[in-house]
Amino acid sequence: MLAECGLRSMEELVAHLPPEIRLERPLALEPARSEYEIAAEFRNWAQQNQVNGPCFLGAGVYRHFRPVVVQALVSRAEFFTTYTPYQAEVSQGTLATIFEFQTLMCQLTGMDVANASMYDGSTAMAEAALMARRLTRRDKLVVSSAVHPEYRAVLRTYSAGQGVPVIEVPYDPEAGWTQQDSLAQVVDRDTAAVIVQSPNFFGVIEPLEYCAELVHQAGALLIVTFTEAVSLGLLRPPADADIVAGELQSFATTPSYGGPFAGVIATREQFVRQLPGRLVGMTRDVHGRRAFCLTLVSREQHIRREKATSNICTNQALVALMATIFLSVYGRRGLRELALQNLAKAHYLATKLPPRFRGPFFNEFVTRAPGGDPNRLNRRLLEHGIIGGLPLGRFYPELSDCWLLCATEVCRREEIDRLVELVSQP
Amino acid sequence: MIRKVRTHPTQNEPLLFEISRPGKRAYQLPELDVPPVDPEAVLGPENVRPDLEGLPELSEVEVVRHFTRLSTHNYAVDHGLYPLGSCTMKYNPRLNEALAQLDGLAWPHPYQPEETVQGALEILARLEAALAEITGMDAVTLQPAAGAHGELTGLLMIRAALTERGNPRQKVLIPDSAHGTNPATATMAGYVAETVPSNAQGMVDLGALERQVDESVAALMLTTPNTLGVFEQNIRQIAEILHAKGAMLYMDGANMNALLGIARPGDFGVDAVHLNLHKTFSTPHGGGGPGAGPVAVKKHLEPYLPVPRLVKTEAGWKWDFHRPRSIGRVRAFYGNFLVAVRALAYIMAMGPEGLRQATLDAILNARYLRQKLEPYYELPHKAPTMHEFVLSDARQATNGVRTMDIAKRLLDYGFYAYTVSFPLIVRGAMMIEPTETESKQELDLFVEAMRAIAEEAQRDPELVRTAPHTTRVGRVDEVTAARRPILRWTPDLPRE
Repeated sequence: MLAECGLRSMEELVAHLPPEIRLERPLALEPARSEYEIAAEFRNWAQQNQVNGPCFLGAGVYRHFRPVVVQALVSRAEFFTTYTPYQAEVSQGTLATIFEFQTLMCQLTGMDVANASMYDGSTAMAEAALMARRLTRRDKLVVSSAVHPEYRAVLRTYSAGQGVPVIEVPYDPEAGWTQQDSLAQVVDRDTAAVIVQSPNFFGVIEPLEYCAELVHQAGALLIVTFTEAVSLGLLRPPADADIVAGELQSFATTPSYGGPFAGVIATREQFVRQLPGRLVGMTRDVHGRRAFCLTLVSREQHIRREKATSNICTNQALVALMATIFLSVYGRRGLRELALQNLAKAHYLATKLPPRFRGPFFNEFVTRAPGGDPNRLNRRLLEHGIIGGLPLGRFYPELSDCWLLCATEVCRREEIDRLVELVSQP
Repeated sequence: MIRKVRTHPTQNEPLLFEISRPGKRAYQLPELDVPPVDPEAVLGPENVRPDLEGLPELSEVEVVRHFTRLSTHNYAVDHGLYPLGSCTMKYNPRLNEALAQLDGLAWPHPYQPEETVQGALEILARLEAALAEITGMDAVTLQPAAGAHGELTGLLMIRAALTERGNPRQKVLIPDSAHGTNPATATMAGYVAETVPSNAQGMVDLGALERQVDESVAALMLTTPNTLGVFEQNIRQIAEILHAKGAMLYMDGANMNALLGIARPGDFGVDAVHLNLHKTFSTPHGGGGPGAGPVAVKKHLEPYLPVPRLVKTEAGWKWDFHRPRSIGRVRAFYGNFLVAVRALAYIMAMGPEGLRQATLDAILNARYLRQKLEPYYELPHKAPTMHEFVLSDARQATNGVRTMDIAKRLLDYGFYAYTVSFPLIVRGAMMIEPTETESKQELDLFVEAMRAIAEEAQRDPELVRTAPHTTRVGRVDEVTAARRPILRWTPDLPRE
């Protein structure tokens, strides 16, 4: 091959690079290792992570059972070694699954259109906020302090670049939902959007209908975000929202130490031109056969460049496919039954450890740690191989005696009883 | 003769919602071992949805067949050459997939106490260190989820640093050959994107750059090698022009596959660079993600990296959240961890010699294709190219055959298409990147296909203009799709 290119050595391939920038030594990395050695090393690291015992963490990432067919199907090379489906004629498989995904997201959220995925829930929420600014041509963003603290942090980062003011509204210290009076006070004619999460970071279901009325009276948009997608199997869909932006990790993605997950943005039909991210549409081929393709690309960076709705290019397609497979496994009845099991497990736990807030909750809730020091209890639980709840002091200093506890369908009754027994000891 | 493929039937498959029949189920849940709860009683009737109307009901075998059949409607790297320029569609080693499925890596919760996830933190720390060495930079964040996300992270850091110096400035310069994500990112970071023209060799026009750079410019976003596959020969001078005016050099590392072990951004004046783990470091593209877009920076930008940062303590690895000058978070948690797992496994398998060899092989493969295709297609920029190169449809266009037609005809020959109509500075562009993982045999099949198409464009242009002819669906009507968008299934949609 070298000879056919008129070259004598591999080094000649890079001989045209300016000599002063050439690296004249080998990279200081460990020498290449065999498959066996690498597998052994990673198994060793994997063993240093505790994953086998009970775990009562939620707070944006949830342990759910993952039907085996999900991995079997996404392991098909035709799905995972393919690219964004630019050439529709040889990408109908991916395109059809994205179309199904968009449909499922609409069914679950009560919205008209959904995009093909975002990086995760937090960036989906931030992008939804920027979208609301474009739609309303207003500046101010209002976010509930009961929205996931890390989501709010991402929103602040994204807003800072564009110099957008972000105002936080406190939560109601009794109910655990967004304080309605404060919301009424800050929402005005400059407000582009109000962002609430439901179930919120405390696990509490927000009174969305009331929020929507208040927000819409001011001509602003309501953005509803969610982190626990399984709740959509039981809760009234956030159909009062203008934009729904959430995290789909619960639909067949392992906690994965935080990623990759998949976010999604769904919205009303009239807002679709400001929706960021890929969209798949149904159309026909030259022979009149049903076909799918990427569409409304004039919103996107590769066409509109600096005027695009977002810079997003690569998204989380394979994770969205996991969600699609998960939803076809559980389906209409299964998702509801799954949600009911989550509801029952968390409420069983709550009969032993009373919730701190009176607002209704789905599968996680805040409770005062017996003795007042959740970190101390977590250390005790860890000695017994149990990972406890999330101590809230880190995010909410006023709740430093509290924990966020989550119980999904994979928590067994005896594990819950054991947790209660261990934390009830003096 | 088409040697790579012959036609064979693939099975039709309706959508999930059309297969669905009431009462079918694929799920199994264990018997509930706690008392059941009446949802209306604990949530309030106003919070409970009556039903999940519309969600499909299928049996397990139907689910498996549905997605298996749909998968056969795709082309993928595992089928063969995927010459999509700037996308680096290299082979995805199976070891990496197996590792990412280890329970100990797939199941840790991001809020577990640090002492229970030391293995995960070790992996992240090692990858940070390896990427710092590969790029010649001082610090790395693994938080960004994709290349464009890395770009945003980088520009926000530059903005924070300039703001601290007194003025965030207004403009970001971007060469006309750049990916669309660059200008879109500049806007998201609150900057005005301004174009820098290319010279006849496809490189940044130094004179124009010098005139454009002033105190209003925050940074230049530069891809090198650029989208023509050309390395910026004047990269040092470019950096000097910027730095002299207090502006920074941001490098889009999408084409880093051309530089591993050969040259390091940190050694040629770059202040911040993002990498695409799903390009250079072999993690799968997954039909459009997940990827990961780590950002590597020089010391002076380190204080602005997203929180949290990994730090080594006596008790092992810890997350440090107290970084007052940080831009904050760009996403929840710590990044696409399982993508990082795959990338580290790749780097360990390759070692320093292997990475360098991969780059040389990628360049050789591209150079070979360029050499073999130049007799048939116009090569608008003659400068030496690296891992990719750009041809144009100029010769075929005289017969009414355009780059998109040639791309579609390639599908008939059993290949995916090259990147079509990009970069924008070449009319009728055909951007080709074979990567290092293609054999000479596969490259020769591609050359044969491209040569045959060039002949067809002369002899029977209509055949090419109406391609593809052998794929499951013929050319897809994208215009109607955009004019009357159908973005979800509804029961009234016509069936196949």
